[in-house]
Amino acid sequence: MVDSEQTGVTSSSIPSAESLRRLAISESGFVFDPTSGHHFTVNETGLVLLRHLQQNQDLSSILNAVTQEYNVSHRDLERDVLEFLSLLREFVGEQ
Amino acid sequence: MDENNQMSDKNKKDWVKPTITPLRSGLLNKFGKSQNVGWVEDIDGIPITGLIEKYKSPLFVVSEKRLRSNFQRINRAFTSRYPHVLFGWSYKTNYLGAVCNVLHQEGAWAEVVSEFEYHKARSLGVPGHCILFNGPFKNRTILEQAVKEDAHIHVDHLDELFALEEIAQAANKKVDITIRLNFDTGYTEPWSRFGFNVESGQAMDVAWRIHSSENLNLTGLHSHIGTFVLEPKAYSNQVRIMCGFMDEIERRTGSIIKYIDIGGGFASLNALQSIYLPPEQVVPSIEQYAEAVCDTLLELTHEREARGVQRPVLVLETGRAIVDDAEVLISSVFANKRLPDGRRAVVMDAGVNLLFTSFWYNHSATPTRFLSGKPEETVLYGPLCMNIDVMRNSVMLPPLDVGDALVFGSVGAYNNTQWMQFIEYRPNVVMVQKDKIVSVIRKAECLEDVTSLESMPETLKIPFPNGEPDNLLSKHT
Repeated sequence: MVDSEQTGVTSSSIPSAESLRRLAISESGFVFDPTSGHHFTVNETGLVLLRHLQQNQDLSSILNAVTQEYNVSHRDLERDVLEFLSLLREFVGEQ
Repeated sequence: MDENNQMSDKNKKDWVKPTITPLRSGLLNKFGKSQNVGWVEDIDGIPITGLIEKYKSPLFVVSEKRLRSNFQRINRAFTSRYPHVLFGWSYKTNYLGAVCNVLHQEGAWAEVVSEFEYHKARSLGVPGHCILFNGPFKNRTILEQAVKEDAHIHVDHLDELFALEEIAQAANKKVDITIRLNFDTGYTEPWSRFGFNVESGQAMDVAWRIHSSENLNLTGLHSHIGTFVLEPKAYSNQVRIMCGFMDEIERRTGSIIKYIDIGGGFASLNALQSIYLPPEQVVPSIEQYAEAVCDTLLELTHEREARGVQRPVLVLETGRAIVDDAEVLISSVFANKRLPDGRRAVVMDAGVNLLFTSFWYNHSATPTRFLSGKPEETVLYGPLCMNIDVMRNSVMLPPLDVGDALVFGSVGAYNNTQWMQFIEYRPNVVMVQKDKIVSVIRKAECLEDVTSLESMPETLKIPFPNGEPDNLLSKHT
């Protein structure tokens, strides 16, 4: 198992579950943030991560869940998730 | 295997890097949405993965087949329109020996612009009388050799003219020479720093001076109107001005001009950064250039033939249009980054140290496998620890994995001559030959190649003669 300490990602890096749950997300990956007014699209894997993050802020369990579903090494996934989160912070407004 | 170290599992989906694409209104692209990115898996039938495995990345790959077919097409375009045509291979464009000799085998002479290039042509086996010698800097020693070996010397300035006269006198020879001209075609910025000016009468003065010399004979006219010239009419004007000057010289001095050398400058299918439209829409075909040159030349030398004087030989020094798309650079992704402004960036293993022309071209960058995922604006950086090391400032590419290769297209001109050993070693250059034979035509550098010309003064042989300095870092708490 990998825990949050091992990933080095803390919960403060992640937009809050509350702000993420506010997002209007379509099945095709169109996302609208009613707080900031931003709208953007995410690809399939971005959508998977976003759905997980809406429900769960524990990174280690998200990484484990995704590696069960996708062919990706833990190292590569962790790297991609870190990058995804840094972008997500730019687009999702906190209230 | 560790449970978290995921094994390949057919039941699992392929992972594609997650992306976020902002939607902005009011910033529409007039060319519409980005096209699907294609990919290339081989070069002349040789798989790129195999090339990287054997010769490492980055790697320059020259296609002999493409090089020959490019030359043959250009040769055909001109020889089918004008009876006397001669090509000089522009060494400065690419003087790798194998490249030069492919073109010599096709019938091109050598066009050189320095002592080094002259030596190189001679070392490849090109006789002096098959060398066109251009350039503003020909030292006395190389001029003497060129006179002795009957090279075709294109005089750039008066000091060279007088030096040549002395050399010819000392050798007791009458030397045929060509003068370089500069003038305004109305289409390109005149390159007035080279040669003698026509409009001011300077060139005619020089023609008279040569005419009065007992050791020099004016037999050729040369000019070069620019580089990456996109308007074929510029060449019509060039030929018109040169033919007018030729007629005037012949009428006034009685000299007979054997050849008119119009230099090079034809554009290749590369995308100049300053031009908005894609090269397919702005670069004329070689046949359009040939038509502009040959139609004008035929028209203006028609009367000459009627007089029983041969039409002049048309000499071309085409470089870029022959070699540019016959060579590619394979480079691999070393790292992915996300810039603060949200753009994706990639660190490649080749940079401006190898691809000097990326300073002014947007070289095509084609993946070597199908890349899933949405294309996104990406910056391609090179490996140098220098801010200027940018291969492409903006290119639409799907997410790339570390190790993915990109093929940078049309890199044959001015890279293997202007590349730098700067920070990194220079890599292998291979040529794909007939029957899928791959030959190394310049091997990758090693430390010894780079340092072999250095020498160390005795007093500087030891870096720390008084023992290693204190390791402050290990003591610092």
